[in-house]
Amino acid sequence: MIVRVNGVEIGAWNGETVASVLLRAPGAGRGSTVSRTPRLPYCQMGVCFECLVTVDGNASMQGCLVPVAPGMRIESQHGPREISK
Amino acid sequence: MKYDVVVIGAGPAGMSAAIRLRKNGSSVAVIDEQPAPGGQIWRGVERNSGPVAEALGTDYRKGDALVQAFRACGADYMPETQVWQIEEGWNLFLTSGGNARRIGARVVLLANGAQERPVPFPGWTLPGVMTVGAAQILLKSGGMLPQGDVWIAGAGPLPLLYATQLLGLKGRIAGFLDTSRKPGLAALTKLTGAWRDIPGLLKGARWLRDLRKSGKMVRGFHDLRAGGDGRLQYLEWQSAGERRKVKADILLVHEGVVPRIHETMALGCAHEWNELQNYFTPQLDGWGESSKAGLFVAGDAGGIGGWLAATLSGEIAGLGIAKHLDASFDAEGERHKAGLDKRLASARVLRPFLDALYPPPTASIADEVIVCRCEEVTAAQIRSVAKVSAPDPNAVKAATRCGMGPCQGRQCGYSVQALVAEAHGIPPRDVSFFNIRPPLKPVTLGEIAALGDLEDVL
Repeated sequence: MIVRVNGVEIGAWNGETVASVLLRAPGAGRGSTVSRTPRLPYCQMGVCFECLVTVDGNASMQGCLVPVAPGMRIESQHGPREISK
Repeated sequence: MKYDVVVIGAGPAGMSAAIRLRKNGSSVAVIDEQPAPGGQIWRGVERNSGPVAEALGTDYRKGDALVQAFRACGADYMPETQVWQIEEGWNLFLTSGGNARRIGARVVLLANGAQERPVPFPGWTLPGVMTVGAAQILLKSGGMLPQGDVWIAGAGPLPLLYATQLLGLKGRIAGFLDTSRKPGLAALTKLTGAWRDIPGLLKGARWLRDLRKSGKMVRGFHDLRAGGDGRLQYLEWQSAGERRKVKADILLVHEGVVPRIHETMALGCAHEWNELQNYFTPQLDGWGESSKAGLFVAGDAGGIGGWLAATLSGEIAGLGIAKHLDASFDAEGERHKAGLDKRLASARVLRPFLDALYPPPTASIADEVIVCRCEEVTAAQIRSVAKVSAPDPNAVKAATRCGMGPCQGRQCGYSVQALVAEAHGIPPRDVSFFNIRPPLKPVTLGEIAALGDLEDVL
């Protein structure tokens, strides 16, 4: 299936999660909350929150707990979520 | 909606307990964060076949039968669902797909397993550094193998197992940095029980042999550092008086696993300190019931024992819960008939040996290292507060925001405890854990506001 990461199409497998796609997509890491340094998923099992990402417009989703779906829009999140999202 | 039993976690323990309770006719709901049952150990077991399933090994494929039995047992299974608050009595607040709701239960069983022990070191927040467990999950959930110069650093059965699985799929490892210490007398004295599990020991020896054959094994080093500009590019360590530096694209780290205790901590359950492995476990009776009546714990969440011990402790908790719900139920008789204690003792026979063989790292954390990944608090900041406050991680939390980010101390909790103990010159066991408060997982005000039956709860 095809998903979009920061507007760029990338192939994804049935059964994988958003967090695993983030590891393959170039420049898909998030910016940390305090210093905005790049981060990528660390634990893949719901405890580290390094995979926080905006999925289909919903911010601060734990990417490792969201299975990919065709056409999904994944966007890197820089810093904390905005109130409106 | 009110159930007899709500089980949190659809891994070996949760599934076994649910199957057992359904046999007794109880109404059961099973809540799990993952999209499919099996827990981390059997992640993707229903989907994986061919070379990936082959490489994951026989213990992995054994999960298929239990998952099938669980699917057929008639429990209300709620995947992709998080529990963010548990109230005594019992009310559980859940969220899935952005919608919050509440369910009630007469008994709650926590079977939410373990997490890898976070061990901060310089560079551990760089993209390219992740845990061995994470890499294994990627393998189980999509057949993904790490590319480039892949290094593994750590100790314990999991790195050996993962490395063997990776090599079995023609993956490559640039090197293995073995952080385990030489097996001391402490581990050897535990062998009296362990020697009975010859297949288990042989399995470990085989993993080690396969690994030694295949790549570089580095031992007896210290001061490991990961470095790079915006992502991992190299590793450095000190060995035999020399500084070594190698190119690295991926570093997988692992220093054992610890039970998930946020739920029992938030509920104020009594806990014990595991002296060998430096972690807290909820205090449990012989049926897995915690110090709070009606709250049970099974599997690794009650102390690390592995998947087989988890299935058996799940069955035992199932029987204990059945007795809790109906005093006339002969739980003791069923327990004896199924030989559960004997099987559990046999499943746990290697554990004292493993616990002694792979003690948790005790090296002091360097000042510049980020300990709290969420709020980016360094060891130096924690030390400076710890020195001038009471020996309490909550004082550090209040002064630095350490442990107040989205992970709520799941990554930094034990490190802060160790740093506070170090600053006061006392053993970690004499320092408490962070106060854990709801919500257990981040939840939006919108989700809370949309709770339909709030009056009913209040």
